Amino acid sequence: MKKHLKLTLLALAASSALSVSAYAHRTWLLPSATVLAGKDNWVTVDAAVSNDLFYFEHQPLNIDGLAVMAPDGSAVTPENVAKGRYRNTFDVKLTQDGTYKMMVLNQGAFASYKLDGQQKRMRGKPETIAKDIPAGSTDVRISEIQGRIEIFVTSGKPTDAVLKTTGTGLEMVPVTHPNNLYAGEKATFRLMLDGQPAAGLDVEVVPGGIRYRDKLNDSKVTTDESGTFSVTWPTPGMYWLHANIRDKKSRIENAERRASYSTTLEVLAP
Amino acid sequence: MRLTISAAVTSLIATQAAAGDATISIDIPRLTVAEYHRPYVAFWIESASGDRISNLAVWYDVKQKDNEGNKWLKDMRQWWRKTGRELALPADGLSSPTRAPGTHQISFDATAKPLADLPAGEYQLIVEAAREVGGRELLRIPFQWPPKDARKLEIKGENEIGAISFALKP
Repeated sequence: MKKHLKLTLLALAASSALSVSAYAHRTWLLPSATVLAGKDNWVTVDAAVSNDLFYFEHQPLNIDGLAVMAPDGSAVTPENVAKGRYRNTFDVKLTQDGTYKMMVLNQGAFASYKLDGQQKRMRGKPETIAKDIPAGSTDVRISEIQGRIEIFVTSGKPTDAVLKTTGTGLEMVPVTHPNNLYAGEKATFRLMLDGQPAAGLDVEVVPGGIRYRDKLNDSKVTTDESGTFSVTWPTPGMYWLHANIRDKKSRIENAERRASYSTTLEVLAP
Repeated sequence: MRLTISAAVTSLIATQAAAGDATISIDIPRLTVAEYHRPYVAFWIESASGDRISNLAVWYDVKQKDNEGNKWLKDMRQWWRKTGRELALPADGLSSPTRAPGTHQISFDATAKPLADLPAGEYQLIVEAAREVGGRELLRIPFQWPPKDARKLEIKGENEIGAISFALKP
């Protein structure tokens, strides 16, 4: 009995030493509403990084790369931007009818290298990181990050101008409008990587609310050759969807490219 | 289209029954709650396939200034999604104020829009009610149009709608 306990404690110690990046921290935006009626509505959005959805328990999501697009394609300045301990928050006034898209783009690079026998890490811009690595470094490994987090909010009748993709990184083309989601119904989306279908990619689908139940009820769906996947929502609520891919298609020479896409979708009751 | 709405809160007033009409009678329940608000109610007809929608009436806070009352139209969430979000409200002949608890009637002449435009077939009358700081309820009554004979179809609600009766006359 004692021997078993010792082994278990050793195993725990070993795993926590390795677990610096082992936690699958989820990055997300959470709007106060996605379906609105009337004029001059406001939406408040929370931006956070956490384990459990959609709870604020770890750190805020950096929103330096925040962009808000109105139904007519114009840029909207968010208001009341606030930085908190566990979440950052911003407000958007919906002056137009139609669908808004709010995005946080995380585009950067990081490098790991050995210098004077020491393992080092650094962050930088994709355009300059290679130059910033000190001379004499060995075992240089550079990764370019292309992260996209998006949400969609509709005032009145849904529109689709904001659903257009840019052709860079991992993006989602909604076949089903993202503000037309109801429990029990099937919704279809398509993932694109650099403007091409992202085939064979695993998409995580996680419903929020784990704090008040035992089972996570998450699911995984794989995109087909056209990058398409479907979800039939079991219950109403907020869902987090996420996919990521690593390849060599970085604009930095000899670097790995890590592209990811996350979205929070609101599924209404039928 | 002549839209007849009974004003009495407590009693049923039988409207002059023209040949070929449909009359909806709705019972809005009297609820004992801390904060009571008259419900928003939408009435519409849907074809069996769901692709044809005919709005009949929408009861909501039309009197609020600057159309502030429109904000909660989306709480009638199936109506909002099927048709409401495409409408510009208030709209003549469609929108009117919320009703107090009691029984209310609305009648539609078969020779006028929207009934006059309905092709023969299977339909559903759908009534959706949403109450501020309260719940939401949706009831459906399937029916055939045009009716072969006079009939009265009824359904009882559980929370926000007491009962609906749908009287059809060929």
